[in-house]
Amino acid sequence: MSPPLHCLLTFEIKGSLLDMTTDNFHSNQRSAITLMRLLIGWHFLYEAAVKIFNPNWTAKFYLLSAESFTKPLFTWLASDGLITTVDFMNILCLAIVGITLVLGVFERLGALVGIALLLLYYFAHPAFPGASQAGTEGSYFLINKNLIEAAALYVIYLCPTGQYFGLRGFMSPASLKTSSN
Amino acid sequence: MDDQNKSGKWSRRDMMKGLAGVPVVGAVLWAGAAKAAKQKESRENILNTLNINASAPPDSGPMSGDPIRLGIIGFGIRGPQLCRALGFATKDWLKSMKDAADKNPNDTRLSSFLEQENLNIQITAVCDLFDVRAQEAADSFSNDKVKVKIYKHHQELLDSKDVDAVVIATADHWHAPIAIAALAAGKHVYLEKPMTHGITETYALQEAVKKYGKVFQVGHQHRQTQSFVTARDVIEKKILGHISLVTANTNRNSDNGAWQYDIHEKANPNTVDWKQFLGNAPDIPFNAEHFFRWRKWWSYGSGLSGDLMVHDYDRINCVLKMGIPKTVVSSGGIYTHRDGRTVPDVMQINMEFPDFTTGSSREAGKEIGMTLVYSATLGNQYNRTTVLMGHDASMELGSDLVLYADSNSTRFKDMLEAGTVDANVPLYRYDPSANAVDGITSATSKYFADKGLLYTYRNGRRVDSTHLHMREWLSGIRNGTPVSCGIQEGFEEVMTAHMGGLSYKLGRRIEFDHAKNEIVPVDGHDLDQVLVAEMDNFV
Repeated sequence: MSPPLHCLLTFEIKGSLLDMTTDNFHSNQRSAITLMRLLIGWHFLYEAAVKIFNPNWTAKFYLLSAESFTKPLFTWLASDGLITTVDFMNILCLAIVGITLVLGVFERLGALVGIALLLLYYFAHPAFPGASQAGTEGSYFLINKNLIEAAALYVIYLCPTGQYFGLRGFMSPASLKTSSN
Repeated sequence: MDDQNKSGKWSRRDMMKGLAGVPVVGAVLWAGAAKAAKQKESRENILNTLNINASAPPDSGPMSGDPIRLGIIGFGIRGPQLCRALGFATKDWLKSMKDAADKNPNDTRLSSFLEQENLNIQITAVCDLFDVRAQEAADSFSNDKVKVKIYKHHQELLDSKDVDAVVIATADHWHAPIAIAALAAGKHVYLEKPMTHGITETYALQEAVKKYGKVFQVGHQHRQTQSFVTARDVIEKKILGHISLVTANTNRNSDNGAWQYDIHEKANPNTVDWKQFLGNAPDIPFNAEHFFRWRKWWSYGSGLSGDLMVHDYDRINCVLKMGIPKTVVSSGGIYTHRDGRTVPDVMQINMEFPDFTTGSSREAGKEIGMTLVYSATLGNQYNRTTVLMGHDASMELGSDLVLYADSNSTRFKDMLEAGTVDANVPLYRYDPSANAVDGITSATSKYFADKGLLYTYRNGRRVDSTHLHMREWLSGIRNGTPVSCGIQEGFEEVMTAHMGGLSYKLGRRIEFDHAKNEIVPVDGHDLDQVLVAEMDNFV
């Protein structure tokens, strides 16, 4: 039976930020967030995969082309002593985000790692007025797709769905089961 | 189903919801692997087909043994640069580079200089017509072991027993006379480009090199640039097919780029040997602007054709080995710097090679002949790359090298149809600087660096190509190894430049007679005179 409209639009936050759940969400709300989680997970996982299987890939030139006040940081990351580690960590983090989000396990950790990565990408080539936005296909003012995806990951962090659709359900079996609301 | 859930058992639906992500992970990883494998296969296919050997020129021989004692003749702008390539920098330069590096950690000019190989030479003598500069060289390069001696006249320097070899970086009109005198005095010679200022003296210099048997190198340092060696391999493997057109360009838009150099405050008739500077040039009273900005007048310099076109011509000649053109037609004018100069600042030089071919992928006899177009302005800095245009592919050539297949190529027809080659995507890219971060500072430096004239790379490290070019000359002296820009290359370079200058001045086509090895005479004109005379005499 359908709930009243106000129940669809609001939910009660239980406890602290850390043990936030989507238990009180309508199943459609959860499905929508789950869908977003899967899409972002897919995106990260594929980015990780093409890099894992391409031994020549390196973030060096992306880092060296960084602009804005963060340029020294990225130039340092691209230095010969660091770049191998930076490349490895980038692929590892992309894979962690992709796998946790797609599988629905530790996805809150994955979401935080993803936010960190996306903010790094954002600040390497921020959508600031005057900065050249090489490699982007649209028009952006302050906000670009990296920032939007980071915001989406923040929603995923706040609204975990792995217990309803994902491996985490096996850790808390009651959650996996079909909910009636 | 709900009943089963309430009893704590797993329904099929629950299991599916829990495990749904697992096949997705597998699918995405598979897709990523497949994409990478396809890219790798396509790349390897292309590379195997092209079989380009991206290699550096062979290292010149060892620098061991007794130090070679050098005399520097001409210490204006290029002279100090050549000395740095040899490992000797003035005190002022070292200080300014240290300040620059302190301000900007990416400025690697000082560290690159300090990391240069020691070439085991001594600078023992210097001659410059401006006392201040000669003194600066002597003060900076003298040390506990060697005191640099200043000579007022180049002949005194050449007569010195303390000099084994000389580096000549004077104004153009002194190149050949000093080089010939140096060879006659038994000195090895490193001579800046253009090799000569006139036609007759070019043959005299050629004779002197043959007669005295000393090691002679013309200062076209880009012959050391790694990408040009790779470009040569591309040509030899006939990847471009028949090249019908080559375009090379100069675009500079600064005072420095237009030879509007600083005039030293201490320059006056007492500190400058004006009479000696004039040499065979028209006798005029002391003129500081003519002395410091000599490139602006035909009497001492060679204009765009001799000053900058020679770089581009020789870059192409070291890749294609096409030699002197059959005909040359030039045009241009003084359109951006009407400051009293007589050499043009906008110039186009069309060089025809009707019998030249780089090989053809089509039926025999269909393709033959090539034009090299040099196009220059000193009033604009838009970056036009050097492009070699063949029937099968085009090659952009500079410090890096990029190949594009032609969409109507015969050689790549099958690959284009199969979609494994895309005419809009580089077929091949060779960037020897891929591992290096550069700190190029001025517009003129960037102009030269983009052309591969300033730096090249060895094992991922940036190296001054002039350093390698001078090393090659020193190795020729020490070990008898060959030089890459000797008298024949210099002859081809400078005769082409002279044809360009003559065509501009006479407003007509200039021909070269390959059988007689000379520029075809033009009725009523002494071509030597035409070449060095100021334009007022003609228009």
